[in-house]
Amino acid sequence: MIPETVTESVTPNAPMQETGSRSREWQAFWKNPLAIAGVIGLTFLVLFSFVGPLIYRVSTTNPNLLATLQAPTAHHLLGTDSLGRDVLARMMVGGQLSLEVGFAAAFMATFIGVVYGLISGMSGKWVDVILMRIVDIFIAIPGLFLLLFVDSVFRANAAVLLVVIGSLGWFGVARLVRSEVLTLKQRDYVEAARALGASNWRIMFRQLLPNVMGVVVVNSTFQVADAILTVAALSFLGLGLPPPTPNWGEMLSSSMSYMFQNAWWLIYPPGVAILIVELSVNFIGDAMRQAFDPRLRKA
Amino acid sequence: MSAVLNNPPDDSEILLSVKDLTKYFPITGGLFSRVVAHVKAVDGVSFDLRRGETLGLVGESGCGKTTTGRAVLRLIEPTSGSIKFEGKEIVNLPKSQMRALRREMQIIFQDPFGSLNPRMSVGEIIEEPLAIHHMGNRHERERRVKELLEVVGLAGYHMRRYPHEFSGGQRQRVGIARALALNPKLIVADEPVSALDVSIQSQILNLLEDLQKEFGLTYLFIAHGLNVIRHISDRVGVMYLGAMVEIADSEEIYRKPLHPYTEALFSAIPIPNPTLKRERIILQGDVPSPVNPPKGCRFHTRCPIAQEQCKDDRPLLKESLPGHWVACHFR
Repeated sequence: MIPETVTESVTPNAPMQETGSRSREWQAFWKNPLAIAGVIGLTFLVLFSFVGPLIYRVSTTNPNLLATLQAPTAHHLLGTDSLGRDVLARMMVGGQLSLEVGFAAAFMATFIGVVYGLISGMSGKWVDVILMRIVDIFIAIPGLFLLLFVDSVFRANAAVLLVVIGSLGWFGVARLVRSEVLTLKQRDYVEAARALGASNWRIMFRQLLPNVMGVVVVNSTFQVADAILTVAALSFLGLGLPPPTPNWGEMLSSSMSYMFQNAWWLIYPPGVAILIVELSVNFIGDAMRQAFDPRLRKA
Repeated sequence: MSAVLNNPPDDSEILLSVKDLTKYFPITGGLFSRVVAHVKAVDGVSFDLRRGETLGLVGESGCGKTTTGRAVLRLIEPTSGSIKFEGKEIVNLPKSQMRALRREMQIIFQDPFGSLNPRMSVGEIIEEPLAIHHMGNRHERERRVKELLEVVGLAGYHMRRYPHEFSGGQRQRVGIARALALNPKLIVADEPVSALDVSIQSQILNLLEDLQKEFGLTYLFIAHGLNVIRHISDRVGVMYLGAMVEIADSEEIYRKPLHPYTEALFSAIPIPNPTLKRERIILQGDVPSPVNPPKGCRFHTRCPIAQEQCKDDRPLLKESLPGHWVACHFR
């Protein structure tokens, strides 16, 4: 037999440093300018929110009725709100909650959705039917209604908030993953794995999961921003966290009332912060998708 | 090719014995997905596979050869019938035992693009069977993967590459290496060369032959290319509409096909001699639907020699000549 490989450029360039088993992926990731931009953006916001308050020690809760709705000055770098509180300080502290809830809820929703979708798509038949009807039922109920319900039962705090938002955000992911699984499980490589004696769990997590991660990662980046805005929506209805604790969503929604007074310093900072989170996470997600897909990865 | 030809094989020589295998796929319809009909993809197929031989299955598309191949491995659960592997009935084997038995029987797929997971490196793909069956530690497995790659004509360093970096023929080699990893006895080759360039086809066929000699493999080789089948098979089974119509030694069946369908099928093989005129047998009509196959002989609607009897009476495979089985009332 004549191996046809001889014609192929035989470059034993394979660097045999097997140890960091995913090193190739991360190398590709760090070569992507978007990934760097995303990491910088996110790092900035994390430092801003968690380290910032240690440096910029200004009260976020003490009202100063003599200095309400002030435009930025040297004294208040981002001005003051309707109660005369320093916007910069509130942005910093508010970022803590928004980032925590945003990421944790998105992670939770994605995790539940992926596992649920994998099981539903893989088992097929009546298990699939039942699992998907459950999702349909939840999707049919307005999310806000569920949030209000849970919110009225439990006293709102950050932990409750993130669990509630996380456990209400996975329906879409579950559907997405399930539909991907339905097509992927017809592929010959799944059949091959079955012929090799692989269990359903092994097929789900070893063969299918890596192939659905692309859509999942992109989807989960949207969920981070979604969760932050859901906190805002709840605050807007007065059902989020009790008032003095700031968060970006709440700051954004409460600033709406002052739009016609040209209080731009109330609107832009939280808006831009949420935008940066969203863009950064999206860039990182996209870069990861490219880095971990062998076909998209640049050598 | 193998020496086991016309002498009737004793039981220990038979690796796989298939009896009256059927597979009906339900067609559902209506509001509650009631079963309204069945596609009778495989309807009463029987054959024996001897150790070390290659049995070629031919037939036009939709005749049930792929379903037969998959059902033999229980990748598709057969509707009824018996499949004995080394004398052991496997049709009702519980999942756990079946999983253990999968080490003995493997499959090579037609599509070299779809049969390898794009997210796994070639090394991971070939290591997968070893990992599933907990064979060896990481280093032993890596050594085995390299060895397998070399056996199929690739190189050890290819293990770090991904499927999309290979050509179709090379991928098919990877698929073969994966199938070999567990040292199986039986390999179902489901049109392994149909998707490849003609120049690559012969390389892969030769590789399969070499491997058969080296490891004593038994092949159930499914193809629609008549030349391919002739090249690789010791015996050939011809399928039509879910049934086996003729089965005989390769040379014999090509020289002297008995069943009228086989005759017609083989008359379509081009002869590489422009001066030789050959009589083509052109069949009338289309293959009937497998949902509602003709009563009696499956082939009677298109058969040039059909009689009244063929309309009601389904012919069974019978040994017309020594080692030459045919399902026809008149041959």
